[in-house]
Amino acid sequence: MTIAERQAEIIDEFEMFDDWMDKYEHIIELGKDLPLIDSAFKDEEHKIRGCQSQVWLHAAPEGEKLRFTADSDAIITKGLISLMVRVLDDQPATEIAKTELGFIEKIGLHEHLSPTRSNGLRSMVKQMKLYGIAQAAQQNAQANG
Amino acid sequence: MQKTAAKSFPIERIRADFPILQTEMNGKPLVFLDSAASSQKPQQVLDTIEQYYEHDNANVHRGVYALSQRATDAFEAARKTMAAYINAPDEHEVIWVRGCTEGINLVASTYGQRFKTGDEIIVSHMEHHSNIVPWQMLCERTGAVLKVIPVLDNGELDMTAYKELLSERTVFVSVVHVSNALGTVNPVVEICNMAHEVGASVLIDGAQATPHGKVDVQAIGCDFYTFSGHKMCGPTGQGILWGKRALLESMPPYHGGGEMIDKVSFEGTTYNVIPFKFEAGTPNMAGAIGLAAAADYMTSLDLDSIEQYEADLLAYATAEMSKIEGLRVIGTASEKHSVLSFLVGDMHPYDLGTLLDKQGVAVRTGHHCCQPLMERFGIPGTVRASFAFYNTTEDVDRLVSATTRAVKMLS
Ligand SMILES: Cc1ncc(COP(=O)(O)O)c(C=O)c1O
Repeated sequence: MTIAERQAEIIDEFEMFDDWMDKYEHIIELGKDLPLIDSAFKDEEHKIRGCQSQVWLHAAPEGEKLRFTADSDAIITKGLISLMVRVLDDQPATEIAKTELGFIEKIGLHEHLSPTRSNGLRSMVKQMKLYGIAQAAQQNAQANG
Repeated sequence: MQKTAAKSFPIERIRADFPILQTEMNGKPLVFLDSAASSQKPQQVLDTIEQYYEHDNANVHRGVYALSQRATDAFEAARKTMAAYINAPDEHEVIWVRGCTEGINLVASTYGQRFKTGDEIIVSHMEHHSNIVPWQMLCERTGAVLKVIPVLDNGELDMTAYKELLSERTVFVSVVHVSNALGTVNPVVEICNMAHEVGASVLIDGAQATPHGKVDVQAIGCDFYTFSGHKMCGPTGQGILWGKRALLESMPPYHGGGEMIDKVSFEGTTYNVIPFKFEAGTPNMAGAIGLAAAADYMTSLDLDSIEQYEADLLAYATAEMSKIEGLRVIGTASEKHSVLSFLVGDMHPYDLGTLLDKQGVAVRTGHHCCQPLMERFGIPGTVRASFAFYNTTEDVDRLVSATTRAVKMLS
């Protein structure tokens, strides 16, 4: 599935919930199910500091693609992370670099990306794209070199 | 809740004075439990500010015309009101500042100029960042050393340790009156007495004290007292620094500019008398007048009644919230004001706060600008419900049921 298809899938999935409580229960479940990041990467280097909650993000190239794992100390943040990972993990770096993550707004969780929340999520999305841009640039350099 | 004070307290009428309390949040009536961050404003304050701009607005202390005189009179009357609010002996000792943060920075930057290498400044482990960082910056400039009064497990200051920290090297003590993160009311009279015995001056950060009851700077015996208007029903951007006349007169000015001067020439400038020496530039006139209106409003409700009402509310909230399994209150000092900081099991404050918000209950989560204190307790932060006199037992009940539901979802 492409990034756009995965986003569409999540939007579909969230349409089932018409009440905030069901929606958050689902996010909490996703948070609990998020595969744990390798504990070796849960260090200062991989930490994205938020004021309210912390996020750890690890990216590794696999061919033209990027693999992401992540974690957070707050379960709701973790649930939202799992959605980001689901959309961007195992996708071509060139696609990640230019993607727009519109689905968060569509499923009504945009408030968690607001700077006042300062939960690390906003910086994480930015960081994922930066990894994509860096990786794409490297591939480009190799192709031309 | 003990209904003694509550019964005579005109809570219905009071709530009607606050337009924002009629708001709905996420489809539910708003339960606002974040007054420690910033309080709501009654119509009386809003009207005063509007009135000022509609009828009295002109720059103060400058014009010969009637309108400027009227603005100046209102501005200086506001100063008098604020002096009375904290029982300052002389209104010229009351300096308008933007808020508590600026008050502390002013003292650190001006009074602090006399400190030398090896001089010791004492703060406590429960200070707001605004009562830590200005002193650290001063220490960097002067070579003075910052000492920290430890906090006990119940959230009270370790007064024995404080006594041991005091010495002839101590030049200054700066301590919070009421902790914004824990609610602890500190023994400020004793703190001042002990500091004065070694010849140190004392600043009290009153940001969380002036919104909740009577403050008497003379009875406290401090040398400086500062607070923010926006936490006590006043507008943002206006607060007070009070200081003893002799100290204020001995201090160099803070900012340079208009108003603070006596005579300016390129050969040398002489400065105005206090308080104007510390009030460079056009002041926040509407802010000053609005803050005085807030002080008048609170005084009209009787500050002792406010204190009693809030004490009853906090006792009720503490008792009810403690029934939630796994909930622990952070900060259990014997004397507290209007703050209930808590955690449940190992649930993250962000998760709890988010689920409370979804249910229309506004609380603060995180470190509350007290990172050293959170580190001291080994926690990432807390969920903080903070109360004002416009909150009710129904608000507490909503907090309890929303927390119960959130805990269930997160278990
Ligand atoms: C105890 C305490 N001190 C200082 C401050 C800073 O006040 P302001 O941001 O209004 O300057 C606050 C505000 O949160 C506070 O609670």
